[in-house]
Amino acid sequence: MSEEQDVITGIEAPVYLKYNFTAGAAAARFLHQIKKGVLTGQRCPSCQQVYIPPRGSCAACGCPTEEEVEVADKATIQSFTIVTIPIPNNPIQPPYIIANLVADGANISFLHLISECVNEDVHIGQRVQALWKPEEEWDYAMDNIRYFRPIDEPDVPVEMIGKLPVTGWEGSADD
Amino acid sequence: MTDIAIVAYQQTDAVSDAGAVNEVELIIPVLGRVFEQAGLTNSQDVDFVCSGSCDYLQGAAFAFVLGVDALGAVPPIKESHVEMDAAWALYESILKIRMGHAESALVYGFGKSSPGELPIVLSQQLDPYYLAPQWIDAISLAALQARQMLDQGLVSERDMAEVVARSRNNALNNPHAQLAGEVSVDDVLAEDTYVSPLRKADCCPVSDGASAMIIATVEKAEEWGKPYAVISGIDHRIETHNLGMRDLTDSLSTRQAAEGAGMGQGRVDVAELYAPFSHQEIILTRALGLGEETSINPSGGVLAGNMMMASGLSRVGEVFDRIVSGEAERGIAHATSGPCLQHNLVTVLEKA
Amino acid sequence: MSQPEVLQQSFELGFTYTRSVGPVVGRFLTELRNRNIVGIKASDGRVVVPPMEYDPDTAEELSEFVEVGQEGEIVSFAWVKEPREAHPMDRPFAWAMIRLDGADVPMIHCVAANAESDVATGARVKAVWADETIGFITDIRCFELA
Repeated sequence: MSEEQDVITGIEAPVYLKYNFTAGAAAARFLHQIKKGVLTGQRCPSCQQVYIPPRGSCAACGCPTEEEVEVADKATIQSFTIVTIPIPNNPIQPPYIIANLVADGANISFLHLISECVNEDVHIGQRVQALWKPEEEWDYAMDNIRYFRPIDEPDVPVEMIGKLPVTGWEGSADD
Repeated sequence: MTDIAIVAYQQTDAVSDAGAVNEVELIIPVLGRVFEQAGLTNSQDVDFVCSGSCDYLQGAAFAFVLGVDALGAVPPIKESHVEMDAAWALYESILKIRMGHAESALVYGFGKSSPGELPIVLSQQLDPYYLAPQWIDAISLAALQARQMLDQGLVSERDMAEVVARSRNNALNNPHAQLAGEVSVDDVLAEDTYVSPLRKADCCPVSDGASAMIIATVEKAEEWGKPYAVISGIDHRIETHNLGMRDLTDSLSTRQAAEGAGMGQGRVDVAELYAPFSHQEIILTRALGLGEETSINPSGGVLAGNMMMASGLSRVGEVFDRIVSGEAERGIAHATSGPCLQHNLVTVLEKA
Repeated sequence: MSQPEVLQQSFELGFTYTRSVGPVVGRFLTELRNRNIVGIKASDGRVVVPPMEYDPDTAEELSEFVEVGQEGEIVSFAWVKEPREAHPMDRPFAWAMIRLDGADVPMIHCVAANAESDVATGARVKAVWADETIGFITDIRCFELA
């Protein structure tokens, strides 16, 4: 039987749908602030935890969050992984590090990249700081921060991660 | 069998574009109000939570998981989700309570349809070999159904316009309605056709919104001391996906669901029917055998605002409100899903 | 707290599905590629086009294919004045339920016509084939008035 006569066993049936995404109120406020180079979270009125990026609610308490809180661009590594496979269509070349970071003044981690480091030396509790893009490139985007890089500060003990004030680890140690 | 009570119901306004709110911001004000109505604080105070939504509407993967951020799910809660209207989340919650696994439940539904092209998004729920690749939209399918009704003399364009006019006028008393006004039958008939034979007014609008309900065993409702209505029956039936094999001029599945839910065991004072197109309200009214004694869609129904994934639950909520206010003693709520009334659910509510 | 300026971003969501069609849909699509249309006999003898694997009434497995005509009759139609971007035509057209000659159950497809007044329930239409047939429902490009 020629190929022309083969029985059809499968079809290509791609689905493409167009949307106009709108950021929520909390995300819009956060993005307006990050465009100015400022990281802003929201504090839960009930448990006092500070979330960044904010979502408009405290996931633990189930109550709306409205109070806006500026947090630092210094953070602590809560967890990390060394990625050795490339991401399709992503310019970042492996191996690179993705980490859960808790910014000083926040209680919940967010994901970002770690660079300018020896990958094998990266560890939980390590102190890092944002490397921002040049100001003229700032947009409504988290990647205004290119990545975080290690800074010369003592490690934060595990039980203290996520509990630092906005003044940071050294500020906290002075208290 | 365990008797189940509806204790609280709240919804957002139905709006054409909710704008800068994410799913959590859409849900959380409604949940706040429904917990307050029931005298509760958050989802820790109920035994089970079930929601209905569809991520394709807004094009955000796992939006229903992000919705859980509105619940206060620490410590962990018993939670479930249906990729359907929240009326089916109500069904699941009722089963959960009847099985003895819960005494109370929060049910909510939400949808933000405005970011996408809803009639085209819905085309992708059709059979994936013959229909979805043709991208036939939900409005065109309803128009095929309406034409059959008109051709067979089962309805006239005037009958359909009467449904629209009544909806718009009734919606004047519904603060959540998107479309309301003193519209006459002739006003509707003066409109040009949209997807012929349908006029735009024959079609429900696209709405963003959310609704939420709290149900409990009657014993629990008594303990909470809030006014409640009793759900005396609920049932649903689905018809084949093959539109050519269905009698589109009737709704056998609705009739069977109503029988299963025990609708015929008493007078029906009020009926809230989920009819996204005017002719479908007529199909449903006939399938259910509703007559003069029944007030149909006093809220304006979904022609006045169609919050996808929430409006089915809203039908139940509208009947609940009328029973608790004393306006009605017994009523039914209908919810639908799929093209041309494919899947239908009927809930019977009674005065406590 | 003031409402922030709405931030919007348009995007396209793509699901690049390939689907296994099974023997019944596969037979129909294979026949389409050869510019033939086949249906299947349901338990009660009705000819269903396009074919289904199981009888919706009895759930019986169906297997008796029947070739049907490439012309048929409009059972119902919807006139689309303003085609949507996803629609198969970029000028006004009709969606129709079409009962092909030899079939009992109508199928849904599009009908090309110049004006709504040219289309009617009961009107005869015939299949127009795509220039290249590949074994897909759109191998029938559309129907046109016969």
